[in-house]
Amino acid sequence: MSIATQDRALIKACQAGLPLVPEPYAQIADQLDMAQVDVMNRLEALLGQGVIRRVGIAPNHYKLGMAANGMTVWDIDDAEAEELGALVGAMEDVTHCYLRPRKRPVWPYNLFAMLHGSTRDEVEEKRQHILQLLGPAVRAHDVLYSTQILKKTGLRLASKGAT
Amino acid sequence: MQIDDTDRQIINALQTGFPIAPRPFALAAERLGLAEDDLIARLARMKDAGIITRFGPFLDAAAMGGAFCLCAMEIPPAQFEAMTQTVNSFDEVAHNYARDHRLNMWFVLATETPEGITETAERIEASTGLPVFQFPKLKEFFVGFRVAA
Repeated sequence: MSIATQDRALIKACQAGLPLVPEPYAQIADQLDMAQVDVMNRLEALLGQGVIRRVGIAPNHYKLGMAANGMTVWDIDDAEAEELGALVGAMEDVTHCYLRPRKRPVWPYNLFAMLHGSTRDEVEEKRQHILQLLGPAVRAHDVLYSTQILKKTGLRLASKGAT
Repeated sequence: MQIDDTDRQIINALQTGFPIAPRPFALAAERLGLAEDDLIARLARMKDAGIITRFGPFLDAAAMGGAFCLCAMEIPPAQFEAMTQTVNSFDEVAHNYARDHRLNMWFVLATETPEGITETAERIEASTGLPVFQFPKLKEFFVGFRVAA
């Protein structure tokens, strides 16, 4: 699906954030020389297509007390990885769960599961639950704690890119 | 900045479903039992303080015909700050975290085409002189993170 030129301009006008004014869509419409109703209709259409996943706020979970962010990583037999990944992904404490390629010798892990907590102890406890659940299928595992957010702008259309 | 219960309610309510309407703050405020100007002022304060990192539409690169990819690098500690600036200067780097591991920098690339991932990773390698390891998702089991404030 390619984005029409007008939608591209609309996305670019919104991607740094909606203006915090009583009529934000009118302000964007003025900026783009569009009618407010067209701005709203196109945003609704893009939501419907899934190009926009949601409109809302992203909170900084560190500043809300969720200070420990652990990326747990697991080396699981490929034959069992899909089945076990689904089990881990269904755990309440796991916020994202993916199968990804290994990069041997640097990186032997194929299953990634994100855990968050107010302390590292809390994350360690949750990590033990995953370890128990995976049982003997685990060949090696680790947890990588985040120590700093270096950037968090989200997806941006590049200043020059494919149209 | 300290946040109060009202701020927490705002965070919980507005993570999804901010209205698309001529006066969206007025609508959202009404649901929260607040005045429009109070809601706008609270959002502005929380944004300035970094409690809210973004406010607006969240895009899906895949739905636009593009792609996301988790990437990692091993940055020599002495160069970490300079390399952070270099890597972050790419618009395609959507977020970036320092992590305590030999692979100490983890970021997500979001590009408008699937080929853009490798192309951008190569440009980052050229700029930094260091390898970029790509970890594309092979299978997604769950993504549904919401923070309860």
